[in-house]
Amino acid sequence: MKKVKFLATAIFATLLFVSCSSDDDTPVEVNEEEVITTFTVTLAPNGGGTAIILQTRDLDGDGPNAPVVTVSGNLATGVTYNGAIVLLNETVNPPENITVEVEEEAGEHQFFYTLGGGLDVTTAYSNFDTDGNPLGTQFTLTAGAASSGTLTFTLRHEPTKPNTGLGDAGGETDIAATFNVTVQ
Amino acid sequence: MRKYALLMLLLSSIPSISQNCDNTLSGTVTDLHDGSLLVGATLIVAGTEKAVQTDMDGKYTISNLCNDTYSIQVSHPNCLTKGFTVQIKGNTSKVFKLEHHLEELNQITVEGKAYSNKSKTIFENTISKEELERFSSGTLGDALNSLSGVSSLNTGNTVVKPLINGLHSSRVVIINNGVRMEDQEWGAEHAPNVDVNSVGNLTLIKGAGALQYSGDAVGGVIVAEASKVPVKDSLYGKTLYTAASNGRGSSMTSQFTKSYQSGWYSTLQGTLKRFGDFEAPDYVLSNTGIFERNASLLVGINRFNYGVEAYYSLFKNEIGILRASHLGGAQDQIRAINSNRPLVINDFTYQINEPKQDVTHHLARIKGFKKFDSFGKLSLQYDFQHNNRLEFDIRRGADRDKASLDLQLVTHTLMLDLDSHLTDAINLKTGIMARYQNNFADPNTGVRRLIPDYDKYDLGIYAIADYRLNDNLLMEAGGRFDYTYMDVFKFYRTSFWESRNYDELFPELVVEELDNQILTNPQLNFYNPSATLGATYKFNVEYKLFFNYSIASRAPNPSELFSEGLHHSASRIELGDLRFNSEVGHKVSLTLQRENEKFSFSVNPFINTINDFIVIEPTEIQQTVRGNFQVWEYRQTDAQLLGVDFEASYAFAENFRFNHQFSLVKGYDRSRDEPLINIPPANTKNEIVYQNPAFKNLRLALQNEYVFHQNEYPDNNFEVFIPETETMETVDLSTPPDAYNLFNFNTSIDFKTTQTSTLTVGFGITNVLNTSYRNYLNRLRYYADDLGRNFLLNLKLNY
Repeated sequence: MKKVKFLATAIFATLLFVSCSSDDDTPVEVNEEEVITTFTVTLAPNGGGTAIILQTRDLDGDGPNAPVVTVSGNLATGVTYNGAIVLLNETVNPPENITVEVEEEAGEHQFFYTLGGGLDVTTAYSNFDTDGNPLGTQFTLTAGAASSGTLTFTLRHEPTKPNTGLGDAGGETDIAATFNVTVQ
Repeated sequence: MRKYALLMLLLSSIPSISQNCDNTLSGTVTDLHDGSLLVGATLIVAGTEKAVQTDMDGKYTISNLCNDTYSIQVSHPNCLTKGFTVQIKGNTSKVFKLEHHLEELNQITVEGKAYSNKSKTIFENTISKEELERFSSGTLGDALNSLSGVSSLNTGNTVVKPLINGLHSSRVVIINNGVRMEDQEWGAEHAPNVDVNSVGNLTLIKGAGALQYSGDAVGGVIVAEASKVPVKDSLYGKTLYTAASNGRGSSMTSQFTKSYQSGWYSTLQGTLKRFGDFEAPDYVLSNTGIFERNASLLVGINRFNYGVEAYYSLFKNEIGILRASHLGGAQDQIRAINSNRPLVINDFTYQINEPKQDVTHHLARIKGFKKFDSFGKLSLQYDFQHNNRLEFDIRRGADRDKASLDLQLVTHTLMLDLDSHLTDAINLKTGIMARYQNNFADPNTGVRRLIPDYDKYDLGIYAIADYRLNDNLLMEAGGRFDYTYMDVFKFYRTSFWESRNYDELFPELVVEELDNQILTNPQLNFYNPSATLGATYKFNVEYKLFFNYSIASRAPNPSELFSEGLHHSASRIELGDLRFNSEVGHKVSLTLQRENEKFSFSVNPFINTINDFIVIEPTEIQQTVRGNFQVWEYRQTDAQLLGVDFEASYAFAENFRFNHQFSLVKGYDRSRDEPLINIPPANTKNEIVYQNPAFKNLRLALQNEYVFHQNEYPDNNFEVFIPETETMETVDLSTPPDAYNLFNFNTSIDFKTTQTSTLTVGFGITNVLNTSYRNYLNRLRYYADDLGRNFLLNLKLNY
């Protein structure tokens, strides 16, 4: 009986101790480290002039708000543009530039440019991974005849490299951003 | 040799009518209360000099008996010695049941007619130790799957969650050695943290039949217990080794028990299991390996009027999740679903990479009982559980090797129970329970917390009474009340907080507003009454009818309340709701059972009506920079599940038996008048078993499993724009896969190696025809086929 009593006391004491030791500190905030909130394509005309900016920005990440998509202007017929892609995580302060990580892991990433709706432009990769396969955070875009349609940028993580396009690239989609673009 | 030759001759000949004295009597000696096997029981045939003892599996064989009637005395150190009259007619099998006279710690036996910690009026299914050993290299879920009415919700083939009559996760309570498992059971991809090899006896109660432990088992209760230890001086153990071709791995488990006449005993058990990538008939299921390590120790003393027992177990499991199931947005889902092969197939490897889970569960328990002549038996139990769950996703940069989810769940429970024998016919069991739980989500993952930090306090009180009106009729009634208080710290995205109108509904919860998140402190109270009412009527020795009505109330779990964000493994955004109240299930079940050596059956119709049933379903498509994702929101509705489980066993010839199972369940959302998602399709299992106790206990079994096509399901498909083709395409998440038919084969034979040890050699093949199939209840069915053919070799040594 003495044993049982002792046991009971010991258990109660343990329970009490443990429940009281849990502190009431409020937890620290976690800002998503890998989320990409802002995707910006800067198209600088080869001969100089105002760059065209394509941007999709979703500051709440996968929260309920939809991304805000902006296209700063139209492309000019016959002009070749130097394209540069920047990925930012703006949920942290200062914003984190994720393009750096993508370029460091060039072998595991690739951008794809998909045209839709009769848009007359051509694209070509300007940067490559160490194996000589395309990466595509930099590219050139040449505007053809006057037309309009969609330009979609897709970033695949761990695609099959080399590949012939989205169809056999595999991997997972990290970015899928579509812009309505006009050539005039 | 001559004996064998004679035996073979005997088996091949037509049974003669003339007197022959080459018959054997074989079978098992079991505990009357719970059917557990009794080791070391002595059987003496009166009037002869024959005396045998049961082996480690509780089996005995007495040979050279004539076609006659014998008196057999069966004794066991723990039991009352009892005499039986047996009529021998050819090779006969017989199960002897003995009643314990010593109080068992594992089994708080009051009346000796049924369990007191389970329900007396719900039909229970049990899995024997022998059956469990066949699942040694599998999981607890695989073993339970062999029972009628149980299916499993799988994530691949290594995360197997039991699904009882269509319900799973938080609605199924698992009691492991008297301890309610607290291991983040709410997730569909969180398997129970119990080593199937540490279980001696597994019981399934399809309903809220264990009010002593919980009142919230809307689906059912699974009770896993360690084997009983006899009160005598002995040392015994077993080692089981299984090697399997599929997964190219093996598992090894050993158990040693030392017991003393004084009542002291201890059992040490350990399991090591390692498998590489499993294979479907046509390809490797890349990254599906498993590495499991478990150990447990039991020490106790068992005396007539008091006892103390301490138990500790460690469960550690590392599980790879199919690489091809890790996806980006809806466009990836289309690619994956439309491809009939997984998008990632690598060469076989033992390596487990991301995505993977790594779970560690510690369980420590101490309990004691003391009997008082004046008011009954008082038991006190304290248990401690520490669960650490790590989930790794495919990540980029510096986060590459970091877990995306790191949860630590610590639970302390104290239970005080009193068993009283009010009169000869009435038993009363009462108790109180206090529980404290803390969840800590490590912020260093760099991923927003899926489950927030919380403290939870539970207080429960119950009383269960049963009344034996006469030898045939037993009535049972019980009630329980649980109070739950949750103190939660949760960061919401400001945009979500506002889109849900929480800023107007719950302004008082806000602790701090940050840049784009809000820290809140919800404090929730839940009051959950539950009750059970039932009766068992015994028509005669063979027929029994069980009736039970139970009410179960379940407080919403943290995932239903607080989910808010992208769930990577499901490739969807999941949203909970802070405003949920408890769901309340009313289950009526009826079972008619016939127990007979030759032909036995049970038929069990049920209807479960659940108010405020919490269900998750798709609501809209959300655009993110990553692409489109489907949003799944939890909501409360009124649901109803109804069905029937049927089981039969027929000994159609000497040593041959035919077993049949059929289960049907239908689930409906009554508010929306549509079928519920993930309801198991009708299925049937048929098995022919040949078992010859006279010839090394040779057993051959051929099993067929047929799973029908699920034709009732909600339509959750949605459309997504594909830029490459400039078309809208349907993401078909709803259509269930086709029906399938599988054959399994297994065989085993016993060899007596020494006087006290037996070697059992088993060989089995699952999916004999290497059929390609997909299972509606496998969450990875969109991406890959299920397992292909598997050859298994089992070696078991009892010593």
